[in-house]
Amino acid sequence: MDNHKPSKDLFVPVEKQEGEAEKLSRPSLSFWQDSFVRLRKNVGAMIGLVVLILLAFMAIFGPYMNQYDAYEQDLQRAKMPPKIPVLENISWLGVDGTLSSIKEAETVEAAREKALARFGGDEETITTNVLTEPSGDQLARVEGIQDVYAAKEIETNFWFGTDSLGRDLWTRAWEGTRISLFIALLAALIDMVIGVAYGGISGYYGGRVDNILQRIIEILVGIPNLVVVILMILILEPGITSIIIALTITGWISMARIVRGQVLKLKNMEFVLASKTLGAPDNRVLRKHLVPNVTGLIVINTMFTIPAAIFLEAFLSFIGLGLPTPIASLGTLINDGFDSLQIYPYIMIFPALIISLIMIAFNILADGLRDAFDPKMRE
Amino acid sequence: MSQESLLEISNLKQHFKTGRHSVIKAVDGLNFNIYKGETFGLVGESGCGKSTTGRTIIRLYDATEGEVYFNGENVHGKKDKSELKKFNREMQMIFQDPYASLNPRMKVEDIIAEGMDIHGLVENDKQRKEKVHDLLETVGLDQEHANRYPHEFSGGQRQRIGIARALAVDPSFIIADEPISALDVSIQAQVVNLMKQLQRDKELTYLFIAHDLSMVKYISDRIGVMYFGKMVELADADELYKNALHPYTKSLLSAIPLPDPDYERSRVRFNYDPSDHDTSEEPEFREVGPDHWVLCTTNEFEHYKKQLATV
Ligand SMILES: Nc1ncnc2c1ncn2[C@@H]1O[C@H](COP(=O)(O)OP(=O)(O)OP(=O)(O)O)[C@@H](O)[C@H]1O
Ligand SMILES: [Mg+2]
Repeated sequence: MDNHKPSKDLFVPVEKQEGEAEKLSRPSLSFWQDSFVRLRKNVGAMIGLVVLILLAFMAIFGPYMNQYDAYEQDLQRAKMPPKIPVLENISWLGVDGTLSSIKEAETVEAAREKALARFGGDEETITTNVLTEPSGDQLARVEGIQDVYAAKEIETNFWFGTDSLGRDLWTRAWEGTRISLFIALLAALIDMVIGVAYGGISGYYGGRVDNILQRIIEILVGIPNLVVVILMILILEPGITSIIIALTITGWISMARIVRGQVLKLKNMEFVLASKTLGAPDNRVLRKHLVPNVTGLIVINTMFTIPAAIFLEAFLSFIGLGLPTPIASLGTLINDGFDSLQIYPYIMIFPALIISLIMIAFNILADGLRDAFDPKMRE
Repeated sequence: MSQESLLEISNLKQHFKTGRHSVIKAVDGLNFNIYKGETFGLVGESGCGKSTTGRTIIRLYDATEGEVYFNGENVHGKKDKSELKKFNREMQMIFQDPYASLNPRMKVEDIIAEGMDIHGLVENDKQRKEKVHDLLETVGLDQEHANRYPHEFSGGQRQRIGIARALAVDPSFIIADEPISALDVSIQAQVVNLMKQLQRDKELTYLFIAHDLSMVKYISDRIGVMYFGKMVELADADELYKNALHPYTKSLLSAIPLPDPDYERSRVRFNYDPSDHDTSEEPEFREVGPDHWVLCTTNEFEHYKKQLATV
């Protein structure tokens, strides 16, 4: 058995090289710098960010880019199709200031009559194209195209056209974007403040306080959100304030829950205990240890709340519970356009495009932020 | 070594209410002293209440019952703010998990200086930096590390940052809650040696918590063995190794592997069965030999005494 015993001289101590092992080569980056570096590498998120910056820029300056006012009505120039200089030459974009309509009849002549009648018979500004000759039981189809700007003798361009009351849609679309964004940002901010305070208190103090606060949330969650919102709107005067109140009345709950969960987890972490054993008072623990560690989640959650608020505002306006008539918001604009979607599709398309862009951009950016803040993504 | 007590713990209890009627007796009547300048090892299996003991002593939890005297003063008694702050400086803690014990959003400099900030120990930024650099050097790290964030360090380095943070307020007593059990074996000795050296340089007293006896033997002067919230045996480290009396201690000892093939071949692992005990009466903590305490009934007491006399 003894031959299994290794002899001492087989072991050579490894040379100590502590000095070198302690060296760190990577540049020192704070959590936020590190996250930003990762965010910058995320192409989707950067596109989302650029789109949002452009939209915000337009929401601020767009309404001042032409001479029209968002509320000035003029029935003389109602329902003008969009006309944008330069782009008007690209026919498939449909921004050349013309309206077209296809009519069918037994003969080519009858169809042409119908097409002319559709635009009030002013032959000078209408061109007609025969699409199909009648053959067998196939009817004749004639397309009538009217240059509306020539017909109404309007010299200026309405980039997004005008609505049924002759208001300039470019101005109204950006005005609406501005109001929608304002409502959503304010609602998200209020949600954040209430949610963080509520969830923070609930999580940090725990016990009885937590118990009571959580029961209140459960009751609020139990009532369908839309019912609460609709009741609120019915009670309050319609307007921006009441929409914001309606959006925030239940909107803060998800934030409160996320923050509470996070604080519950963090407050028993050893670095918080270490701070307490050093004698740190509660407010220092909250300020230095808890808040900085939940900020990432708060930012991400807020980024997801904003598009949700925009959508809810649009939805409420669309079902007629939103802002009262003269005020433009993306929701009211879509609602207006929806009434004449088949004849004047452009009235709805532009605000619908803008709202889609906002929603997509916010969601992609929020997704990117979530990945960027996730320490497991660190290389 | 002087035999003057720094810490006296009498009948300490910590019960957690986990439901309306269920209570976890994490610590259930502890009595022991810690002498000035010694290292007191506290061992026991996972969940037996070692961390809870440490955290109750340092007042992270309010004790359900019992007293802790530090330098003759009751730690858990009513205190005003300045007295509490004095305690916070005297007693510090080193934590188990090096990944959870440093705030990931703070620079190493701010982590180490936190105690100095709270207690207003430095007057200006320059002095703060100097002290942080000194502390980093003390624990064997580079000055340059002050401006970095915890995630850039290895487990052993983080643990040393945690030690520097504790040292920043000049404590005289440090509770080390399994400071090495989350570390790689090759790093464990490094941290233990650092702690030993600091003890010599700064005349520190340690309560060293661990869940196995192998490393504790090396660092401790006296060792207390805990089992389900109670201390079952307490003796000098050597005495405990040579003459373990309580069957639970014996079982712990039998679990230590040694790098000696002959010994390993003959090593018999010994399982502890709590039902083997004499149940005629409530066991009490009694002094079987000089400074050797065992939790036992009167019958067992006589038996242990005889056992001790034969060796
Ligand atoms: N805050 C608490 N609330 C309720 N029960 C707790 C709490 N803290 C600890 N316990 C329970 O008390 C018992 C002792 O836990 P403790 O953390 O002191 O064990 P330990 O000996 O340190 O174990 P380990 O070696 O795993 O660290 C466990 O059963 C644990 O579940
Ligand atoms: Mg523990």
